[in-house]
Amino acid sequence: MSVLLELRHISQRYAAQEIVKSLSLQLEQGEIGCLLGHSGCGKTTVLRCIAGFEPIHDGEILLKQQPISRPNQSVPPHQRQIGMVFQDYALFPHLSVADNIGFGLHQHTAPQRQQRITELLELVGLTAHAQAYPHELSGGQQQRVALARALAPKPQLLLLDEPFSNLDVALRERLGQEVREILKREQMTAILVTHDQHEAFAIADQIGVMQAGQIVQWATPYELYHQPANRFVADFVGKGVFVSGTITGSRCVEIEFGEICRVDLDSRGFAVGSRVEVLLRPDDVVHDDFSPLKAQVVNRAFQGEVFLYTLALASGQQVLATVASHHNHRIGEWIGIKLDLDHLIAFPS
Amino acid sequence: MALFHSTRRWFGVAAVFSLITLTPLAVILSAFLDPSPDIWAHLSEFVLPRLLWNTFVLMLGVSIGGLLLAVPLAWLIAMYDFPGRRFFSWALMLPLAMPAYVMAFTQIGLFDFTGPIQTWMREVWGTSAAMPPIRSTGGVILVMSLALYPYIYLLARDAFASMGRRALEAGQSLGLSRRQAFFRVALPMARPWIVGGVSLALMETLADFGTVSIFNYDAFTTAIYKAWFGLFSLSSASQLASLLVLLVFVLVWYELRARGRRAYTVTGRGSIQAKRDRLPTLSGLVATAWASVVLGLAFVIPFGQLLWWCRQAIETDLDARYISFVWYSLLLAGLAAVAVAVVALLISYAQRRDARQRTRFAVRLATLGYAVPGTVLAVGVFIPIAWLDNVLLNLFSSYLPEGQTAIFKGTLLVMILAYIARFLAVGFQSVDAAMQRITRSQEETARVLGESGWGLLRRLYLPLLQGGLFTALLMVFVDVMKEMPITLMTRPFGWDTLAVRVFEMTSEGEWERAALPSVAIVLVGLLPVILLAQRRHA
Repeated sequence: MSVLLELRHISQRYAAQEIVKSLSLQLEQGEIGCLLGHSGCGKTTVLRCIAGFEPIHDGEILLKQQPISRPNQSVPPHQRQIGMVFQDYALFPHLSVADNIGFGLHQHTAPQRQQRITELLELVGLTAHAQAYPHELSGGQQQRVALARALAPKPQLLLLDEPFSNLDVALRERLGQEVREILKREQMTAILVTHDQHEAFAIADQIGVMQAGQIVQWATPYELYHQPANRFVADFVGKGVFVSGTITGSRCVEIEFGEICRVDLDSRGFAVGSRVEVLLRPDDVVHDDFSPLKAQVVNRAFQGEVFLYTLALASGQQVLATVASHHNHRIGEWIGIKLDLDHLIAFPS
Repeated sequence: MALFHSTRRWFGVAAVFSLITLTPLAVILSAFLDPSPDIWAHLSEFVLPRLLWNTFVLMLGVSIGGLLLAVPLAWLIAMYDFPGRRFFSWALMLPLAMPAYVMAFTQIGLFDFTGPIQTWMREVWGTSAAMPPIRSTGGVILVMSLALYPYIYLLARDAFASMGRRALEAGQSLGLSRRQAFFRVALPMARPWIVGGVSLALMETLADFGTVSIFNYDAFTTAIYKAWFGLFSLSSASQLASLLVLLVFVLVWYELRARGRRAYTVTGRGSIQAKRDRLPTLSGLVATAWASVVLGLAFVIPFGQLLWWCRQAIETDLDARYISFVWYSLLLAGLAAVAVAVVALLISYAQRRDARQRTRFAVRLATLGYAVPGTVLAVGVFIPIAWLDNVLLNLFSSYLPEGQTAIFKGTLLVMILAYIARFLAVGFQSVDAAMQRITRSQEETARVLGESGWGLLRRLYLPLLQGGLFTALLMVFVDVMKEMPITLMTRPFGWDTLAVRVFEMTSEGEWERAALPSVAIVLVGLLPVILLAQRRHA
C-alpha cells in the first residue's frame, strides 16, 4: 500500500474567516475516506481544495508524492486527473447518457471511447438507457450516470460531494452499498463528504469527523462509534447520553447505576475523586423487569423492530434505551433497567 | 505547477464594455459642469417650462391610461375564465409589435377630420363635431397608452396568476369580501410588478421620439433633435439631454427598487394555477367585449388601416428604393444584433468568472443604457467621437489627404456603439438568464473532466447558451429595426432604413406612403411577441 493523497497542514480562508485550519490527512491507494461533519464545518471546502477549485493559503496537497496545491501555486483542475461527483450530479442536459459519460474521454479515439462508455454503462447497470437524456432518468439513475462519468477517464482519485443527499432515504442506503462495490471493483481511491453518518458508515473505510475546519478524529467507523476521541465526536456519531460520575479507583467509576469497574476504562488521566461524564449508548441500557433499578418512561419512539425509550432515573437524569418492540410500555410507567456496558467512554466534566 | 488560475482579468472585460454606456452618459452629464449661461437663459425662458410641463402631463397621462388598460385586463385574464380568454391572454401583447410611432400616424389617419371615422360620421349625421380632436394632448396620451400598456399588462398578469388566488383566499379567510380582498391584498401584493411595468412604460415614453414628433408635441427628445439638426447647436442639445437623463435616472431608481422587492416577495412554488373561476355568461361577454375593444384599438384596427393604405401604395412604392430600405434595415439590425450578443456573452461570462462586487457593478452600469433615450445616446456618442476625430486629425494631419474632416464621424461605428449602449440590457438579460441555468457544478464537472478555456466554451457554454443567444439576437434585431432616433441622428450618409423612411413620410403627413415600411416593421416585430407568447404557455 502506498499513500496516494496527502494533505499537509492546509489552511483556507475566505475574507477574514478561516474555513480550514491546518488540516492534515493521508489516504492509501484504493482506500475510501470520508469527511463527516455538520454543514459549515469546512468539509466541502477541503474537497474543493483537493479538486483545485479553491486556493489554499497554507500547507500543501500532494497526489502520488507530487505537490498539486501550494499557497499561490496550483495545478489547474483539468490537469489533476481527479474525478468529482457533485451533490446535484451536474449532468449536462444537452447530452445523452452515453455522451455524458464520454465527455471526459475527448483524448481517446472513437472506438476506445465507445468501449469505455459501454464498460461503464454495464458497470452502473444503465446499458438500456444509453441514448436517454438526463431528464428522462430517475434520481438514482442520474446519480449513477454522474458516477460513471466521473470514473470514465480513470481518475487517480474520486471526490464525492454529498452524493446521496438528493435521494430519498430508502434509496440512499441501497445506493451507498452499490457505490462502495463499484468503487472497490474499480480499485478507486475516493473521498466522500457528507453530514450523514449512516452514509459514511456504509461507504467509507476511514472517516474523519470535522469540526470548525479541523479533523477531530480520523478513524474507522467502528472506532469512531466505540472509541470517540472527545465529547464532540461522541455526541455527533451515534446516539447517547452523558451521565455524570466520579472516578473511584484506577479502573472504576461511580455513576447513578452504581460503581462500574472495567479493564478497558482508561482512567489514567483522571485523579481519584475527579468528576467525569460517562457516555451511555442506547444499547448500553437494557430493559430487565427484575432489575431493582427502576426508571420512568418519559418518551418513546417506535422504530419497528425496537422502541427507543427516553427514561428518567430517580434523580431526574435521563438516559436512552433501545428495547425490543414487544416490550410495549406506556409513558409514565416505571420499568426495570440495568447497565450492559462493553467498554466505558468517559470525558472530564 | 502553474500560478493559481486568475479570474481577475475578467473585471477588466466588464469594465471596458461598461465604457460604451458610461462614456456617452458621462459626456452628457458633464454638460452640468460646463453650463453655458446664454444657452441656459434661452432654454429656461423659452423652452424648458413648456417641455417640463408637457413631459409631466404625458407621463402622468400614460401612467393612468396604461394602468386603466392593463390592470383590469391582467386581473380578468389571470383569475377568470371567459370566452376567448386563452386567445386574449397572448393577443393583448400584440401591440408590442407595433412601435408607438406607427400607432401614432395610423390613429391620426383614422380619427382625423379627413379620416374614415369622421367622414362616416358626417355622412350619417351631417357633422363630426362630437369627435374630440385626435391631434391633442389627449390624443398623444391615448396613443402612447395603447402602445405601451403591454409592459404593465405582462408583469401584472404574471403577478396575479402566481399569487392572486392565494391573496384572495387569504383575504377572504380574514373576513374580507372578494372586492375588499382585491383592493387590500391582491393589488398591494402585485404592486412591485405593477410599479415595474409602469416604470418601463414611462422610460419608453421619455425615450419616444417618433410619436411626439408626429403629433408635434414638444418633448425633450424632439427638442434635442431640433437643437442639433435645426439650430446645429450641439451644446444646447447636450444641455437638454442632461436634463432628460436626470428624469430617466429617477425612473431607473424606481424600477430597480421595484425589481428588488419582487426578488424578495415569495410567490410560492408550482404557482401557475390551473383553475380559474368561470365568469357568469353576461359578465363573461362583457369581459370578452372589453378585451376586444382594447385589442381592436391597440392593434387590429390600426394594423388593418396600415394594410389598407399599403394596398393603395404598393404599386407606386414597392420599388428599388423600398428594397434598399429593407436591405439597410436588415443589415443594420443584423450587425447590431451580433455585436450586442457578443458583448452580452462576454460580460455575462465575465460576471460568472469573477464574482467580485465590482464586476457585478460594472455589468450593471454597462446595461444601464436600456433606460437612456436614443436621442441622448446619439448626442453622447457623437461628441466623444467628434473629439477623437479632431485629435487624430491634428496628430496625423501630414499623413492624411487634404481636406479630410472625419475619420470615425459619420461611420457605422458610431451607430453600432450607440445601439450597443441602448440595447445591451435586452441582449444581456436573455444571455444571462441562460448562463445562470448552467450550474457551477456543471462547469466544474467539465473542468475536472479535463476541459478548460475554449474547450469549455465550445463544449459546455455554447450548446447550453444557444437558446439564450438566439433570443438575444432576435430581440435586439427587432428593436433595432424599430429604432428611430439613433438611426436618424447617426446614420452614415445614404443609410436610409425603414424607420427613417417612416419618419420622412410622416413628417410630410403622407400616411399612406409611410404604411408600407411600417407594415414590414410590424411583421418583424411580431416575431418576439410570438416567442414570448409561446414561452409563457410552454
